[in-house]
Amino acid sequence: MKSKPAPLKSQPDASGRYGRYGGRYVPETLIPALDEVTALYLKTRTDKAFQKRLRELLSTFVGRPTPLTFATSLSKKFGRHIWLKREDLCHTGAHKINNAIGQGLLALKIGKKRIIAETGAGQHGVATATACALLGLQCRIYMGVEDMRRQAPNVFRMRLLGAEVIGVESGTKTLKDAVNEALRDWVTNVQTTHYIIGSALGPHPYPLMVRDFQSIIGKEAKAQIKKAEGRLPDALVACVGGGSNSIGLFHPFIKDRGVRLIGVEAGGKGDALGEHAARFDGGTFGVFQGMASYVLQSADGQVLGTHSVSAGLDYASVGPEHAWLREVGRAEYLRCSDAEALKGVHLLAETEGIIPALESAHAIGALEGICASTKKNAVLIVNVSGRGDKDVAEVARVEGVAL
Amino acid sequence: MPATAPAVQNRIDARFAALKAAKKKAFVAYLTAGDPNLAVTEDLIPALDQAGVDIIELGVPYSDPMADGPAIQLACDRALASGTTLVKVLASLSRIRTRSQVPVLLFTYLSPILAYGVAKFAADAVAAGADGVLLLDLPPEEDPALLTTLRDAGLATVCLAAPTTPTGRKAMLAKASRGFLYYVCRLGVTGERAELPEDLALQVSRLKKASPTTPVCIGFGISTPEQAAAAAAHGDGVVVGSHLVKILEKHGHEPDVVQRLAKRAGELAAAVHAV
Repeated sequence: MKSKPAPLKSQPDASGRYGRYGGRYVPETLIPALDEVTALYLKTRTDKAFQKRLRELLSTFVGRPTPLTFATSLSKKFGRHIWLKREDLCHTGAHKINNAIGQGLLALKIGKKRIIAETGAGQHGVATATACALLGLQCRIYMGVEDMRRQAPNVFRMRLLGAEVIGVESGTKTLKDAVNEALRDWVTNVQTTHYIIGSALGPHPYPLMVRDFQSIIGKEAKAQIKKAEGRLPDALVACVGGGSNSIGLFHPFIKDRGVRLIGVEAGGKGDALGEHAARFDGGTFGVFQGMASYVLQSADGQVLGTHSVSAGLDYASVGPEHAWLREVGRAEYLRCSDAEALKGVHLLAETEGIIPALESAHAIGALEGICASTKKNAVLIVNVSGRGDKDVAEVARVEGVAL
Repeated sequence: MPATAPAVQNRIDARFAALKAAKKKAFVAYLTAGDPNLAVTEDLIPALDQAGVDIIELGVPYSDPMADGPAIQLACDRALASGTTLVKVLASLSRIRTRSQVPVLLFTYLSPILAYGVAKFAADAVAAGADGVLLLDLPPEEDPALLTTLRDAGLATVCLAAPTTPTGRKAMLAKASRGFLYYVCRLGVTGERAELPEDLALQVSRLKKASPTTPVCIGFGISTPEQAAAAAAHGDGVVVGSHLVKILEKHGHEPDVVQRLAKRAGELAAAVHAV
């Protein structure tokens, strides 16, 4: 079923496809809303006033540009030049706010005052609740009850920000079930509601829109590394759940073929289906929640439960642009286990004074192996997509420490 | 087969032709295959046929039915828990065909079909005695080749239209539809509602204009004989799903579940046929 991918430059095509991935596999009721979002979104890409307002908010509210920090001890340890893109320093503690502000502004343009969103780790929920508070929008967040348990501080933060948090009891009670509930809400309230999807997945135009809003990460990193090292990096490293922080970092480098793009998936606690969330190492081609991509599914097309110590990576599918980048050989994907990710938390905390989110810790946990595949003194940028405050209690629980 | 032989008429088309001749509307009943298990499904379908149901929408359970409400999601969970797969549903359907010739429309999401293999599915579904397929997450423009494969095998491809569907798109959906065009009469997921939408008559009359030849059936949220009759007055048929599924939720494991469901379906069918 190989199809010839469109040239790198024009991703995605007019029907929202990245090669054979992407598309709009949604109930008929949603088609007009997706048409509307697509048309308005494409306009805002060249709308100077919109872009100006977005830049202002990213600068004065989110705190961009985020620094590119030289990781002195890690660089010494691995014999490479390791730079950290500090999305953990964004307002609300992760890169998710870049997209939430962008889509919040878009909702105002569309004229929809009610916002819904799904959240896994809670970072996208907090970012959306924050954007809604800032922009005067009504906000409802869907979150699996298993994730609410793992990320209790974020639930409280969302509520402090005035959002309504709805616990989802169906299915596996994690991110995929929160997406189902949000889609059901959207089908019901589509005339008044904009759905802010938090990752680079779902039906077109979401993978495109989220990637564009997150590309600020890679644009800044590119300028920063050129200034710091006088050249492009040898490799970029980022964790991949749905794939928003990674595609945001990767995208501005896609045409720079000398830069390796390395995504790290959640290896969980084992290789068996159900024990991990490594879609590229156990998943197969399928259609799930509005898009064609790799899916962790049974032989008869039922979506399987996933496992990761990190709620934000615990998802059965992956953004379509990643699937395409992998298929054409432009990006590579590997996995990092729960145990390695936990080591990554300690490593970055102890050597660099940064406690990363469990999601980002997967990129750190995989770093030793990645460094081994690069030349001495190679230049690497690792995306620290979020900070670990939200995970402190969960890490303590997993490690058996009573707080 | 001689070149002059007429194509075998799909059971759905044949049923609508017969209903039209009798000046009657169609009553379509949904149930999830394998809820509570496939043995019960195999008894239910002939019983619903006997009770006056014109077309069965047979749900192939899927783990993430995003267009369905809680009643059908729970039915999918029960069916999957009882070990139901598409392979087993088709095997059940072949056995059902020795007992009933009621038209059967497979109602599901794309994922189980893709995993099965589209061409193999089309051939096996026809061989098992299925008459059509409705894929809730496949707008026709997403994969025209897939729909062509299904149609070429002899399956009716039922498309959906919604209250949000713009005029131009209605005509496209009607053109892509075979068997009937399913009008999702309200925003939202499947499930029972107290009232029919106020603008139902207007919406359906517009849709029928866009679909002059393909019958229009109305569904989503219809649960009582009164609602079914009122909706049937506007369209060519009415679909009831969640209401029947809830009977299975409550009484699925009781010995009289087949009679119970057939009785209720019979009341709904009678109300629709009296219009």
